[in-house]
Amino acid sequence: MKIAFSVTANNGLDSLIDARFGRASGFLVIGEANETQYISNEQNLNAPQGAGIQAAQYILDSGAEAVVTAHCGPKAFRVLSGSGIKVYIGVEKTVKDALAAIASGTMKATDNANVEGHW
Amino acid sequence: MDIAIASGKGGTGKTTIAVNLALALAETQPVTLLDCDVEEPNCNLFLKIQDLSCKKAEVPSFDFDNELCSRCRKCADVCRFNAIAVMPSGVMFFPELCHGCGGCILSCGTGAITEKTRAIGEISSSEQGLLRFADGRLNVGETMAPPLIRTLKEQLNDDGLNIMDCPPGTSCAMITAVRDSDIVILVTEPTPFGLNDLRLAVAALREMAMPFVVIVNRDGVGDDQVKKYCSEEQIKIVAAIPDSREIAEIYARGETLYGRHPEFSNQIDVVVKWLKQEAGQ
Repeated sequence: MKIAFSVTANNGLDSLIDARFGRASGFLVIGEANETQYISNEQNLNAPQGAGIQAAQYILDSGAEAVVTAHCGPKAFRVLSGSGIKVYIGVEKTVKDALAAIASGTMKATDNANVEGHW
Repeated sequence: MDIAIASGKGGTGKTTIAVNLALALAETQPVTLLDCDVEEPNCNLFLKIQDLSCKKAEVPSFDFDNELCSRCRKCADVCRFNAIAVMPSGVMFFPELCHGCGGCILSCGTGAITEKTRAIGEISSSEQGLLRFADGRLNVGETMAPPLIRTLKEQLNDDGLNIMDCPPGTSCAMITAVRDSDIVILVTEPTPFGLNDLRLAVAALREMAMPFVVIVNRDGVGDDQVKKYCSEEQIKIVAAIPDSREIAEIYARGETLYGRHPEFSNQIDVVVKWLKQEAGQ
């Protein structure tokens, strides 16, 4: 499964998870063969509104089937879930920890946004 | 002549001044009072006008036909308000983020987008003798006040005297409300909070190159920093309404003050006199 992580900067598997989705610094996308791709989110980070929607559009365009972040608002969640992308919300600090948590089943996909817009 | 009552800080007495100033003026001449604080209109709590005629206020909105859509994403790319996401299954549109510019229609090569209208609130109006009153009420859940404020301002009497009770703050809503008025009256209170937000409002109005004056409300509380600031910045203070428990009690009962509280009425008369001088010039 190709998974996108909201990250504060690109440090490979040691990248720190960015607590915010729409205004994360960027996304690290990890494929099935562990190939990685970094997508800068700078444009949305500075957007006056709708950052989550367009960040979700980036994820959609990357071909990722799942997203790992710490907080996901309702609009981003609608775009992601409407496109069949799973949303994992967790407290793990790094991409490596989050991957392990998904593999072991301790981190599960959510059915709902976990924060209001503009939290 | 269009007079905007604004403040920066909320709760300084904009509505109290606007309503009572309108009532004072309406004793001798036609006047229009617009409650432009569409997220929280409260003038009519004091005026208590019952027979308001209401109409919906609408903004442009759009329909997306997923059969015709080629998923090219041009509409999402052109939308600077990030209101559109294009998914394999079709377009997801967020009307509450849309400013109605129509850029998406122009960018669409397949005719998948059509324009419609969407109600965002209500405009109510009424005439009571020489006083004409209108307010705007933004629907719950809507975030964009400016389009409704612009619709409300169509009620301004072009040849007459207009008083606008404006939203607090210095954001889009306040700017939209005060824009194009002939003078802005900034109501403030003589406290550090009042001064801080007065400075912000003054900065916004200077940026817009708009003339403004100050009314100090609850004069006697706080300190003398507002008066000192106005003197240093050469800002005219047209009136100072004393801090009074009696005024607060009348206000809290939802009653109007003009003609009911002597000191308050005197200060409103001072403002009326000043306005008439301004209008005469």
